[in-house]
Amino acid sequence: MEVPALLEGTAALLPHVAVLVTGLVVLVLDLFLPPRGRWATEATSLVGLALAFACALCQAGGEPRTVFMGMAAVDGLGTFFNAVFVLIAALTVLLSAPYVRRENIRPGEYYALMLFATLGFMFVGSSSDLVMMFLAIETFSMATYILAGLLRDTPRSLESAFKYFMLGSFSSAFFLYGIATVYGALGTTNLVALSQAMSAEGTSPLLLMGMGLLIVGLGFKVAVVPFHMWAPDVYEGAPTAVTAFMTAGPKAAAFAALLRVFAQGFGAPAFSEEWVPIFAVLAALTMLLGNIVAIVQQSVKRMLAYSSIAHAGYAFVALVAHNAAGAGSILYYLVAYAFMSLGAFTVLMIVARRDDQRHAFDDYAGLGVTNPALAAIMSLFMFALAGFPPTAGFAGKFYVFSAAAQSGYYVLAVIGVLTSVMSVVYYARVVILMYMHEPDADAPRIRLAPTSMAALGVTVFGVLYLGIFPGGVMHLAARSVAFLFPG
Amino acid sequence: MPLSWYLVFGALLFMIGVVGVLTRRNVIIVLMSIELMLNAVNVTLISFSHYLQDLRGQIFTLFIIAVAASEAAIGLALVISMYRGKSTFNLDEVNVLKW
Repeated sequence: MEVPALLEGTAALLPHVAVLVTGLVVLVLDLFLPPRGRWATEATSLVGLALAFACALCQAGGEPRTVFMGMAAVDGLGTFFNAVFVLIAALTVLLSAPYVRRENIRPGEYYALMLFATLGFMFVGSSSDLVMMFLAIETFSMATYILAGLLRDTPRSLESAFKYFMLGSFSSAFFLYGIATVYGALGTTNLVALSQAMSAEGTSPLLLMGMGLLIVGLGFKVAVVPFHMWAPDVYEGAPTAVTAFMTAGPKAAAFAALLRVFAQGFGAPAFSEEWVPIFAVLAALTMLLGNIVAIVQQSVKRMLAYSSIAHAGYAFVALVAHNAAGAGSILYYLVAYAFMSLGAFTVLMIVARRDDQRHAFDDYAGLGVTNPALAAIMSLFMFALAGFPPTAGFAGKFYVFSAAAQSGYYVLAVIGVLTSVMSVVYYARVVILMYMHEPDADAPRIRLAPTSMAALGVTVFGVLYLGIFPGGVMHLAARSVAFLFPG
Repeated sequence: MPLSWYLVFGALLFMIGVVGVLTRRNVIIVLMSIELMLNAVNVTLISFSHYLQDLRGQIFTLFIIAVAASEAAIGLALVISMYRGKSTFNLDEVNVLKW
């Protein structure tokens, strides 16, 4: 590879480089900081992420191209996802700051791992080769395995990491076997070359087997039913700040991978008719099971874990639609869900107090009396997750279901609307408890750290802005995926 | 030998790995089964690579070996901290959360 091509490639991947360098700097910086200088790691992370965000914005609007010999793609989809992942990481830094102090986690390793995971997400979003995608998925998976088990003296955190690791590497093996089979069938792993080779050669049993294995592998990562069994346990056991990160980041990254592989690689009509019916069944099962099981949960954290499964089901509906509106609405939905989920978990983290214990529904009783502002914010997130207007949740579901109806999947749209109605039961339960029950007199008082307030402010603003003015972001999302569906 | 023999060998190895992960309760054996699955993929990739006369498959195998090594490092670290806490290698005893 010549020097100009190398330089051009590096310039095209500047957002990734910025996040990587920030992660390394944070890792080293932590060694030299006194315990009171901990804020410096957070400040460095935020500055680095701001730089990465600026670099990502600079790339918007160019022609789709690939760099590093067809390994990484620089296009609208990649740029959009880069910006989203950086935003998720920045919000996670804000909401983690008080948590890291409270639970006595070493900030250096925490933020460095989080930044490395973000790097993995960004590479998933901009990979144009299955090899690259596998490496990116492994990068963020390994970082999140460790993050989930960071409180290694608490059995719950350790168990969560353990289950995540077991099923994560199990699913990676399926994903790999899928890549190997597709490689054998078509002789290439490049996604653009794949779609061309497929149009030339047509389907073969080997190719279909590979496609199935890829669905299993990525299905585990998105936690779509029936590959979801790990998700509730892992989300419940992991440290709450990490759970917030995990419901937003890896989930969005897995959808980026699905869009890359299935909408870009296997997007031609002859192949989409093979995988679209499978995806439709998975989407219906995910929406039904996620919402039904969430109703009977006793812990708000576990309830939100099932809610996260259900939301993956809604986003899956847009994937089934397999049209420009559907792909655009996935991006919109992921942004909306990231705000709602990060916000809700921030409240959870604050209410849980020291040692991260109070996650039962009863711990929310009377929050409307003891802390009206926090209760109001939590209610907003609950209504947003349930899909009430004028919040981001409503606009997201509206776009997703109308995309499905546009492609003729009326049944899926109806299941989606009915399960959203069902979801009101468990989201409203939190709101009712907060406002209509007596507070527990013994509970210690809740104190809000400035960084938590900042995280809550940004997420509340995001949820309301996306709900009241959905047009701007939706327009951006539609432009980012336009190249996937030419004409 | 024809390509299909190697592919069947790879598929069998992969199945042994899957069955091992699903049925064995000892953590170390489960980790070994996952390694077996990854190596089954390696066998498949190398045989395809030879059959297609294309080196990319073999290069990908090198990446997989590196990833498998780092995965093993994390897995064994988790096993050690689990053993410190519970003094067991049995997966069924990892049950604070509902499985």
